[in-house]
Amino acid sequence: MKTSSIPDTSTTTVSEPVVATGNEPAVTESVVLLSGNEAIARGAVEAGVLVAVGYPGTPSTEILESIADRNDIDVRWSPNEKVALDVALGASLGGVRALATMKHVGLNVAADTFMTAAYTGVGAGLVIVSADDPGMHSSQNEQDNRAYARMAGVPMLEPSNSAEAKQCTVLAFEISEEFDTPVLIRTTTRVSHNRGIVELGTRAEHPVKGFAPDPAKYVMVPGYARGRRPVLLDRLRRLADRSEVSPLTVESGVGSEFGVVTSGIAYHYVREVLPEARILKLGMTYPLPIERIRAFSESVGRLFVVEELDPIMENDIKAAGIAAEGKSFFPQIGELSPDVVRRGFVAAGVLIDQPGTHPDPAPPTVARPPLMCPGCPHTPPFLALKRLGAVVTGDIGCYTLAALSPLAAMDTCLAMGSSIGMAVGMAASGGAGKPVVATIGDSTFMHGGIQGLADAVYSQANITVIILDNGTTAMTGGQEHPGTGVTLQGATTTAVDLVGLCTALGVTHIKVVDPYDLAATYNAIEAATAHVGPAVVITNRPCVEAPMKVRDRPYAVISDACTACQACMAAGCPSIIWSDETYEGRRKVIIDSATCTGCTLCAQLCPPLAIVPVPLIASPVEVAGV
Amino acid sequence: MSDNTSGLVLAGVGGQGVVMASMIVADALVRAGHDVKQSEVHGMAQRGGSVFSHIRWGPQVDSPLVPVGTASVLASFEWAEAIRWVPYVRVGGVVIADVRTIVPPGACADRRSWTTRYPEIDPSLLLDRRLKARLIDAAATATALGNVRAANSVILGSVAAFVDVEQSHWEASIERLVPRGTVDVNLAAFRAGLEVAEAPTPAPAPEHRGFSGPHQIDIRQEWCKGCDICSRVCPEYCLEVGSDASLNVSNPDACTGCRLCELLCPDFAISISAPRQTAHVGAFNEPGEIEDESD
Repeated sequence: MKTSSIPDTSTTTVSEPVVATGNEPAVTESVVLLSGNEAIARGAVEAGVLVAVGYPGTPSTEILESIADRNDIDVRWSPNEKVALDVALGASLGGVRALATMKHVGLNVAADTFMTAAYTGVGAGLVIVSADDPGMHSSQNEQDNRAYARMAGVPMLEPSNSAEAKQCTVLAFEISEEFDTPVLIRTTTRVSHNRGIVELGTRAEHPVKGFAPDPAKYVMVPGYARGRRPVLLDRLRRLADRSEVSPLTVESGVGSEFGVVTSGIAYHYVREVLPEARILKLGMTYPLPIERIRAFSESVGRLFVVEELDPIMENDIKAAGIAAEGKSFFPQIGELSPDVVRRGFVAAGVLIDQPGTHPDPAPPTVARPPLMCPGCPHTPPFLALKRLGAVVTGDIGCYTLAALSPLAAMDTCLAMGSSIGMAVGMAASGGAGKPVVATIGDSTFMHGGIQGLADAVYSQANITVIILDNGTTAMTGGQEHPGTGVTLQGATTTAVDLVGLCTALGVTHIKVVDPYDLAATYNAIEAATAHVGPAVVITNRPCVEAPMKVRDRPYAVISDACTACQACMAAGCPSIIWSDETYEGRRKVIIDSATCTGCTLCAQLCPPLAIVPVPLIASPVEVAGV
Repeated sequence: MSDNTSGLVLAGVGGQGVVMASMIVADALVRAGHDVKQSEVHGMAQRGGSVFSHIRWGPQVDSPLVPVGTASVLASFEWAEAIRWVPYVRVGGVVIADVRTIVPPGACADRRSWTTRYPEIDPSLLLDRRLKARLIDAAATATALGNVRAANSVILGSVAAFVDVEQSHWEASIERLVPRGTVDVNLAAFRAGLEVAEAPTPAPAPEHRGFSGPHQIDIRQEWCKGCDICSRVCPEYCLEVGSDASLNVSNPDACTGCRLCELLCPDFAISISAPRQTAHVGAFNEPGEIEDESD
């Protein structure tokens, strides 16, 4: 069975017995369909990783989740990416192979450790995975983390499919130990979330080597750090030599008119559009194999560089005095696709556009943006905030969807934990003209909110902080965090007490409220905004989707009592839509009993009390048309 | 374009099980000896948003994304999603569209025309594009077999009718990937899907008559004591009580005439009068509506 055009350089063979985790969709015993993320995790398993740590973030989350049930690896969530990388580096210095995973913006949080880890080097192998999100499917920006490898001086590997994702991970650990450096694996959404065929190998055992104290290497005071700087630069020169002979570099195709240098998912798009073209495909993209590229460029007329996002390889290649074309034909914004790459080569004059190959656009259809779930406990606080007319500095999580209509109750959203510091600044500016309220989820508060609240206390900022505690990291699918009292591998542990933490920081006005009680929520938030100095409101209903699905008795609309006032529609609940019946020319509403969780919010909003629980004796089907 | 690579697009709404269904398709294709790539996007799209999965197979697959206009089959679990993804189907390709509708609340936002922004179930929207369209009601078929939750297997059966993979491979993949205890009903649903009947086209929804302009809000300031009941209850945020306890109409154009303020005012200080009734004037997508084409 065909799996990859690239020879497998892993140290293991596929004929040996396979230790499957049970998660992967095994098609045969040793050939499985894995997502890029699952393949990275599988590579870490086969490389003998003993500690794997990260913070959830799309598109990286499934890497750790796919190996959470293994009892031979310590797999864990950290409160944020910096702590995760600190933990992984500490484990590496302790002498075990360690993996740290995060999304692209997570590496910003971990960058402080990342930059200096390039100076210290490692104990046992240390691999950091950055999953980038070109096109911003689920992110606040589309930064290109290949720049981080260059900034820190850390070697980088870029897989283009699942088979390579596993191969790159195994190879990254070997490079890490051979060159005494952390290694960055950079994937993108289309690699992380694309399933492809992977041949499984066996797990290599790398016993604990133990910590070898070496202050000149591991204590980065200026005097010692100055000694490590030349080590870093010398290491990069040797890595550049290694890059020239990397087994991940593959040359294919025929012809001398033009050639293409590419990497990652863009490689497959180029092959899709130009199956026969000369292609130099790179897997180790920092340091670049410049001499290999130079020789390739001399064998072709025009040299194209096809890469997603920034012209990073293009600029390096041009800086080496090699003529190349890239971003003049291929966009710097958003994801590439076969269609986008085709258009680029048409613009470059390499391909001829065939008329009639463009399908008609889709007929008009309804916009379907993501929504807060039926029964989401985050909805009521934002209804209250809209009614209060507060300036709301938001944060990152499901509740960011409250920025969309009909709630439209959020004014800012930047980075993890930014809500509180921005609220402090907004209050300091005196320019808000309204109460200033920061909204932040429990996991995001653990990640980056605590220091902001310390500043609010320190500066006695006149703000309200609403901690939306739903007991999980909901946006990424329901992961554990230090406030949940449960670990990624299912063990019970001590939960951080939010009220105790806020009290310890010095907050004097703290109110815990059930967000399903709309009046109490409104009153708690109104009282907090009236308080002089920092105030905290904690909403405490669990997420309706994780860790367990909450499904209470559904509610239904008594059609004869509905006055079509649309008050319930203000919550934006996906279970409530218009009926075909009208009252005074306005549409009445119906509730989909199959998706209603029975949260009671709409019933609390309904002035004529037309929304009632579905009677226990009737079937939901019968009541739907009441 | 690698001509020997085939493409399939599965589309639906977050929570419908698109990803699980696409894993079954990919698993069956691997069993049939193909190189397979399957691509989807997790994250925000799952929150009730549009969800898709691309599957490509052949001797050696490059792009995991199906290029526009090349899919041999599009299977949609929901009507509006079939319309959204139909440009991915090649001329002469097949669209399997479940007539199930999931109307997002954002489609119920035009309180002038009171028409939903949801495409009518009209087969010509698909058939005009030179392709084969098959409208099915998978939930009805699955319910008849005893479990509405097997509806996705009915759709998989419909897909299998147009994909050259032996039935035994499909059934092995279903057995392996569906939840324990549901294998039998899912297999029955899959077999039913192979020859599922065309769903009848529903009658178009009645046209609604709305109002051409906002209602008139009259306030007797001398009777108003600024108690704030009306402004708190107004669903459209039309009313505002100022710092001097005077009641102001801050957003008169948004009034839909629900008369909650009039009915709940303890001092009878508000009266609402309706404008002339006329045929609806709502455009399909008005400016200002969220145009977040999330995929």
